[in-house]
Amino acid sequence: MNQFPRWAWVPFWLGIAFLAIPLAAMFVRVPWSALPELLASDRAQDALRLSLLTCLMTTAIVLLLGVPLALVLARSRRPWVRALRTLVTVPMVLPPVVAGLALLTAFGRRGLIGAHLSAWGIDIGFTTIAVVIAQTFVALPYLVIALEGALRSAGSRYERVAANLGASPSRVFWRVTVPIAAPAIASGTALAFARALGEFGATLTFAGSLQGTTRTLPLEIYLLRESDSDLALALSVVLIAVAVVIVAISTKLSSGTGERVVAHG
Amino acid sequence: MTAIRFRSRFHSVALSAFVTAAVAASITGCQTQAGPPGDSPNTANTTNTIGTNPDAQTPSADGATIFAAASLSKVFPLIESNVNYSFDGSSGLVDQLAGGAPADVFASADKANMDKAVAAGVIEGDPVMFATNHLVLVTPADNPAYITGFDSSLDGTRLVTCAPDVPCGAATARISESTGLTLAPVSQESSVTDVLGKVTSGEADAGIVYATDASGAGKKVLTFEIPGATDDPNTYWIAQVKDAPHPEAGAAFIAAITGPGSAQLQQFGFGPAK
Repeated sequence: MNQFPRWAWVPFWLGIAFLAIPLAAMFVRVPWSALPELLASDRAQDALRLSLLTCLMTTAIVLLLGVPLALVLARSRRPWVRALRTLVTVPMVLPPVVAGLALLTAFGRRGLIGAHLSAWGIDIGFTTIAVVIAQTFVALPYLVIALEGALRSAGSRYERVAANLGASPSRVFWRVTVPIAAPAIASGTALAFARALGEFGATLTFAGSLQGTTRTLPLEIYLLRESDSDLALALSVVLIAVAVVIVAISTKLSSGTGERVVAHG
Repeated sequence: MTAIRFRSRFHSVALSAFVTAAVAASITGCQTQAGPPGDSPNTANTTNTIGTNPDAQTPSADGATIFAAASLSKVFPLIESNVNYSFDGSSGLVDQLAGGAPADVFASADKANMDKAVAAGVIEGDPVMFATNHLVLVTPADNPAYITGFDSSLDGTRLVTCAPDVPCGAATARISESTGLTLAPVSQESSVTDVLGKVTSGEADAGIVYATDASGAGKKVLTFEIPGATDDPNTYWIAQVKDAPHPEAGAAFIAAITGPGSAQLQQFGFGPAK
């Protein structure tokens, strides 16, 4: 028995077609036979390596900062903490170029903080660090929002019980909160990684574009449109493939962990 | 329990959607969008003294649709205001014309893209060169790295250029070769606008851009001529589009650009056609 009206199938298939056709069109145009050779080129290898390296660094930072940040946002009752929740979502809705300009005015050589760093001989612009900063700025909110929502709807019953039984706050965090939130942490991490992988505008504006140093996959694809559209398509396919794999893994992880928690409960 | 089941299902759907959006944003994120024809940014505050000149204006260019390179977006409306402009990157405009977009005139910022348009069969008659543009070296106004020109004072500084994939970068590579000065840029940008932005923001010590970009940045940059750059300029070409809706107005527009318009073009830093 269907739990929805039969007419919903019409917009369903329209929506699916709308999303699938552009992807299918691109897959038709990709020069599959030349793909291995294209992807073995220096430019492709450098872009792939740099993207994976920076995204892994970004994901590590996002986890370190994001999990405690989401926990405080979800649990603290202080009014100013609630106000900060709005701030956390801002990078999600900023146009990427604006995010880049914001980072430039903060960490650029003539920026608020960057000017002082520059006086100490530390220049961030045009380095791989700048890429990681740009990616972290846009990716962090994705983990925080996903995790904060999950912690909020899970409630704090188990944490309170654990605390009443004498567990220290840190012990409660590691033994109760993290296992309960594991599915949300996994999916939030996947979102953050995918957002970092796709980061384009802020990197271009803030970090620049040099092969092997700052030119990540999206920047290389954007540039290659001008000169080698075959390689641009090939790298696009790689980008999509990586994103699909990440989604698949995180969906598997989150459902798997969820079942385990239920089984233990 | 239905509510909870619904939420978890929603969660995984939303996850896939977010990831797809993130990846899609990376690919399409920053492409310049062409305004719709007729969406000219400068129709209100421009004078039309040359356009109404009876000599240049029989028949008039009124109502023509002009596809022009983005670097012409400031000067063209001053030369002729009663037409519909669509400014975009030259290669994007060729793609649009090849896709059947209705236009009367195509003005390209380089020869390669005009050749591409001719090869695509969308051009009527022979293209005409109407301006040139050459590379210059710019530094922030306070010249923090004490650069003295296109010479060894660039060594060890934060120099930004265009990538060799785009026309301004290809020209930079030719200049580097012909002058024998090896350049070690810290960034190779995909557009000359990005190079200029890095210099005006002070992020870079120096950049290689076109004379028109330097002219447009005014006092925010110091400009140094590059020896030999004017011998190998970038060339601007204009031509009528095949099966144009207003061929006479298009021809009148081209006459205005190649004739009296050249004075305005030079005020914006363009060189004369050769």
